[in-house]
Amino acid sequence: MAIVGLGLETELRLGLPGGGGGVSCLVEKNEKKRVFSDISGDQNNEPKTVNKSQVVGWPPVCSYRRKNSFKGDEGSKMYMKVSMDGAPFLRKIDLSTHKNYLDLVLALDNLFGCFGIGEALKNSENSDYVLIYEDKDGDWMLAGDVPWEMFSESCKRLRIKKRVDAKGIGLHAKDLLKGISNGE
Amino acid sequence: MLNYFPEEVLEHVFSFLTSHPDRNAASLVCKSWYNVERFSRVKVFIGNCYAIGPERLISRFPRVRSLTLKGKPHFADFNLVPYDWGGYVYPWIEAMAKGSTNLEELRLKRMVVSDESLELLAKSFPNFKSLVLVNCEGFTTDGLAAIASNCRFLRELDLQENEVEDRRGQWLSCFPDSCTSLSSLNFACLKGEVNVAALERLVARCRNLKSLRLNHAVPPDALQKILAQSPQLVDLGAGCFAHDPESETYNKLKNVMQKCSSIRSLSGFLDVNVRCLPSIYPICINLTSLNLSYAPGIYSKELVKLIHKCKKLQRLWILDTIGDKGLGVVASTCKELQELRVFPSDFYGVGNVAVTEEGLVAISAGCPNLNSLLYFCQQMTNAALITVAKNCPNFIRFRLCTLNPTIPDAVTMQPLDEGMYAEQLEMLSIAFAGDSDKGMVYVLNGCKKLKKLEVRDSPFGNMALLTDTGKYETMRSLWMSSCGVTFGGCKTLAEKMPRLNVEIINERDEMEGRPDDRQKVEKMYLYRTLVGPRKDAPDFVLTL
Repeated sequence: MAIVGLGLETELRLGLPGGGGGVSCLVEKNEKKRVFSDISGDQNNEPKTVNKSQVVGWPPVCSYRRKNSFKGDEGSKMYMKVSMDGAPFLRKIDLSTHKNYLDLVLALDNLFGCFGIGEALKNSENSDYVLIYEDKDGDWMLAGDVPWEMFSESCKRLRIKKRVDAKGIGLHAKDLLKGISNGE
Repeated sequence: MLNYFPEEVLEHVFSFLTSHPDRNAASLVCKSWYNVERFSRVKVFIGNCYAIGPERLISRFPRVRSLTLKGKPHFADFNLVPYDWGGYVYPWIEAMAKGSTNLEELRLKRMVVSDESLELLAKSFPNFKSLVLVNCEGFTTDGLAAIASNCRFLRELDLQENEVEDRRGQWLSCFPDSCTSLSSLNFACLKGEVNVAALERLVARCRNLKSLRLNHAVPPDALQKILAQSPQLVDLGAGCFAHDPESETYNKLKNVMQKCSSIRSLSGFLDVNVRCLPSIYPICINLTSLNLSYAPGIYSKELVKLIHKCKKLQRLWILDTIGDKGLGVVASTCKELQELRVFPSDFYGVGNVAVTEEGLVAISAGCPNLNSLLYFCQQMTNAALITVAKNCPNFIRFRLCTLNPTIPDAVTMQPLDEGMYAEQLEMLSIAFAGDSDKGMVYVLNGCKKLKKLEVRDSPFGNMALLTDTGKYETMRSLWMSSCGVTFGGCKTLAEKMPRLNVEIINERDEMEGRPDDRQKVEKMYLYRTLVGPRKDAPDFVLTL
């Protein structure tokens, strides 16, 4: 799994499980093969693999219980760091107080006093910044692709990057990765 | 001959009919019975707030005093329903206020409740006695303050698992000194602090207090003072139970607890020091209901010791840290068990401590009265399910979840073929299961009493949806998301059944104009209704 545009394809499709369309989550082709060989003599047809941490509302534990259980990653607060290119220090934001991307983006606008982050999510051509986030697997993802609930369940930290730095594939993108992994 | 009974006699006879199905049946007999029934109906239950409108409620049942309303579909609990889908209570309260309804009791589940609604409620109904909010949202402690201040005869304020914004006011202190009528107070879901002295005084003057559930913010040493004032409690929700076992207050707690011989139901333990658990041993023998599902860090050994003493348990909510062995102890101890819920303690990992089909089979063998189940487990087999079904023929509520949704031998529709025990089933949830349309058709045919069916990520398509369209008018609702149902299939259904609202929920702005008939529907929620498409639907909901 990687940032789209680097040539490593991620499959994100809606469709029937096992019906060639995957499920509404991210599916690794390798994982499919592994599960196939694990199943011996199973009557069920296609293997249906699901990356558990990526499915919205799974396991089906009500959101109140999710937020109030003491085990696992969920606490009642979801504070995470937000960094922005050019800002001298980081901020923290509590994702659990926001209900959708628009909410989040408005809050980020407030925090960093800059405009146009909202544009980035709606219209990727016209803004100076992009919003990316680090997910549970440690990958940096473009914010806005997945439903809000999936995003808030898997987001660990946020970063507002200058569009010029994030644009492009190949070399530029590699630099982007380097910059991020240098522990910023 | 019955026509010669004067209406007063009929009304008196009907006063013995308390269940909703019975009353509904009586009202269908003839016009005269319909009229007598509607004027004498005091409690109304509306399982889907969009099945009927508030004006019709009031005109049909002018003497209603108690109203129960449910709003959002069940899958809203799992974030599958967008935030502003609907389910607002305000129009109901407004209509009843205008209609001078003598409202005494309001019970809401999965509804959006604003502070404005609560304020209107508090000021409009002088005899208001009971407010129960379950899984609701949209209000703050300011709304609670309005209830506390204005409802002079309040008996019950029961807040279960709501999202409440804490405004750091002193809502609890708003109960006036003259308030002595409380019999039930549950604020376990609130995050903020309450004035502990005010709480103690409130408990002391409400001699009828039977049920008290504290939140986490009530300091542990307050518990023994509160219990000392209310040894008559029947239901206790301990908030923070992390005492220092060497301390004087813990000693006091132990003494006080022994006197609380009326306690039948225990919950909470939002924070626990397991060394303090022995303090509740004396009351275990009387417990019929135990909820430790929010209690972190109680390991199997201590759980087992506790459960050993709970021989009269009828309801148990627990974490899967109990393990299969622990469930075996439950099976051999709790012979009267009717309801079991086993929740996952670790949402994402494959924990070492978990339960499997073995635990469930053991329970079914030891507890034949089991009728309600929620079971999160690592694995399950068809054989186990068949055994469970044979051992426990009385299920009315059955929810099973294998934490990895797609392992082999996952639940298929096969056990439900047998039909006999599925006949009592009222609600069924299906996720990542089933092989073909046939599965859903089996369910719809075999479960004669089915009220709610919710399905996600399963390969059921238009064939299953359209096989028995009449069935949906006998049910409250059907939810299908990430299945094979297409827009065309939903349209066909909607055209055929005008008394159903078929809602398509699509958040992704893909639907500009009408989508293609062959396009799969992301989320569909259909329900029977007498009032047509609702007027408060947001942009992303399309009612066909």
